[in-house]
Amino acid sequence: MPPQLKTLLPLLAVFICIFLVARHFLIPESFGKYGHYRADSMDETAAIPINYVGKEACAECHDTETAKLASDLHSVLSCEICHGPGALHVADAEKGILLKPGTREFCGTCHSINPARRTEVINQIDTKEHHPEKDNCIDCHNPHAVWELKE
Amino acid sequence: MEHLYEMLKQVDGYIYPNEIELHWGILIVLYPYITGLVAGAFILASLERVFKIKVLRPTYHLALLTALSFLIVAILPLVTHLGHPFRAYEIMTTPQVGSAMAIFGFVYLWYLMVVLLLEIWFDYRHDLVVWADQSKGFKRRIYKILTLGVTDISPKALAWDEKLGYIVTVIGIPSAFLLHGYVGFIFGSIKANPWWSTVLMPVIFLLSAMVSGIALVMFLYMIISWIRKVKIDMACLDEIGKFLFMVLILDFTLESLDQVHRIYEAEESFEILHMLVNGKLNITLFVFQGLMGTIIPLVILGLFRMYLPKEKIRIPMYFLVSNLVLFGVFFMRWNVVIGGQLFSKSFLGFTSFKLGMIGAEGFLMALVWMIMPFLILSFILWLVPPWKKHSE
Repeated sequence: MPPQLKTLLPLLAVFICIFLVARHFLIPESFGKYGHYRADSMDETAAIPINYVGKEACAECHDTETAKLASDLHSVLSCEICHGPGALHVADAEKGILLKPGTREFCGTCHSINPARRTEVINQIDTKEHHPEKDNCIDCHNPHAVWELKE
Repeated sequence: MEHLYEMLKQVDGYIYPNEIELHWGILIVLYPYITGLVAGAFILASLERVFKIKVLRPTYHLALLTALSFLIVAILPLVTHLGHPFRAYEIMTTPQVGSAMAIFGFVYLWYLMVVLLLEIWFDYRHDLVVWADQSKGFKRRIYKILTLGVTDISPKALAWDEKLGYIVTVIGIPSAFLLHGYVGFIFGSIKANPWWSTVLMPVIFLLSAMVSGIALVMFLYMIISWIRKVKIDMACLDEIGKFLFMVLILDFTLESLDQVHRIYEAEESFEILHMLVNGKLNITLFVFQGLMGTIIPLVILGLFRMYLPKEKIRIPMYFLVSNLVLFGVFFMRWNVVIGGQLFSKSFLGFTSFKLGMIGAEGFLMALVWMIMPFLILSFILWLVPPWKKHSE
């Protein structure tokens, strides 16, 4: 056997052994249980606290607003779309402060003119041209019943 | 939401939301470019070793060391792009054999460990032993480690070096083809993208890799001869020029065939691709890749086949050709990688790409990875200079 191979072959064997040992320690224990990923990641993801509570949880206390919401065009929306995640608020109404937006910018995310949006589905306005004398949309519109205009 | 409206300014026509931003930037352009340089340089080296083209001897070791320096860097644009260097080993420890992309780790490792390092080691073992005896201090220790303890330099052992090195080179040629054919396959196999999806892609990538690798060795040979203040071996340079001409013709023919085929077939994607090459890729495809990177070098090298002017003219011309080819092949990769993401898969619109200066995906980052192989090569050439080899 050539002297080169007498060194190279054992070196290759050592390299493969190191790789296998490293592989043994580097692969997470639950890898491959369900598929080509770490099975424990499922439980870890499931354990992440949920921030949203859903419309029903809001309705338990805020029945007036819920009824109003159901009566008009925004009936399909969930409360937390505008007010933000409510889990903290449900746990402690004092600490979990909810959002009350209503600015042109916020309402404009859905209602500003965009050719890619269908007008039959969402009413759209030019947020700059539409009653520029008013600051915010909620100065006139009641967001829980949008066609119920103030004044 | 404002962010989306800002971004929509870069869109023409209709485009799906996930196509507005290009996910593969200049670093992914660099990856096939650098890998191609490796494969090309190695194939040039194997011409001397396996196909016994002795006139190429002056560039043999340089080509091998160039391939090594660029191969070390080849993965780094990918690692930078992905942004999770500490997870990089996972493609090796938990290989996903169903994914062509995930197999790169093994293709790379095979080429680095089994082909390049082994061939260079067999080639340099004799010199490493001699240099270890002649030098002192730190350098001596490095040479000793590099011999891996095999210090037998009897004629019998040296004959084994030659024989084993030859076997490795023979294995190396299909491996070099595999390495770059594989990179072409990554793009060619994406059936959803008509700009990429062609069976010719691996072959085109391979040929353009050979073109760029040969041009790189040509360029480096001239630069290094100039730095060392030694005379350029014109027979060798002319021979490299001849091979460059040959491979360039093949590359040009195949790429044209691919385009002609597309034009004649005129599938439903044709209209958008037609707009793409005449619009956003106009300069990079027709001027940079076509005219500067292919036609001008072809004309110069073709003229040299008919009439060989004096050295004084040939040397700057070869220098120009090598630079133009390197420039052109870079834009070939650019046109593939960036071009393939510019049009919508709805075939109804375009997005645009603006290369940033700074940031992980910026021009400066790409420049770092482009300069790095030259620094590594300088170090390797300092450590194991081919011109000081015992056998030379």
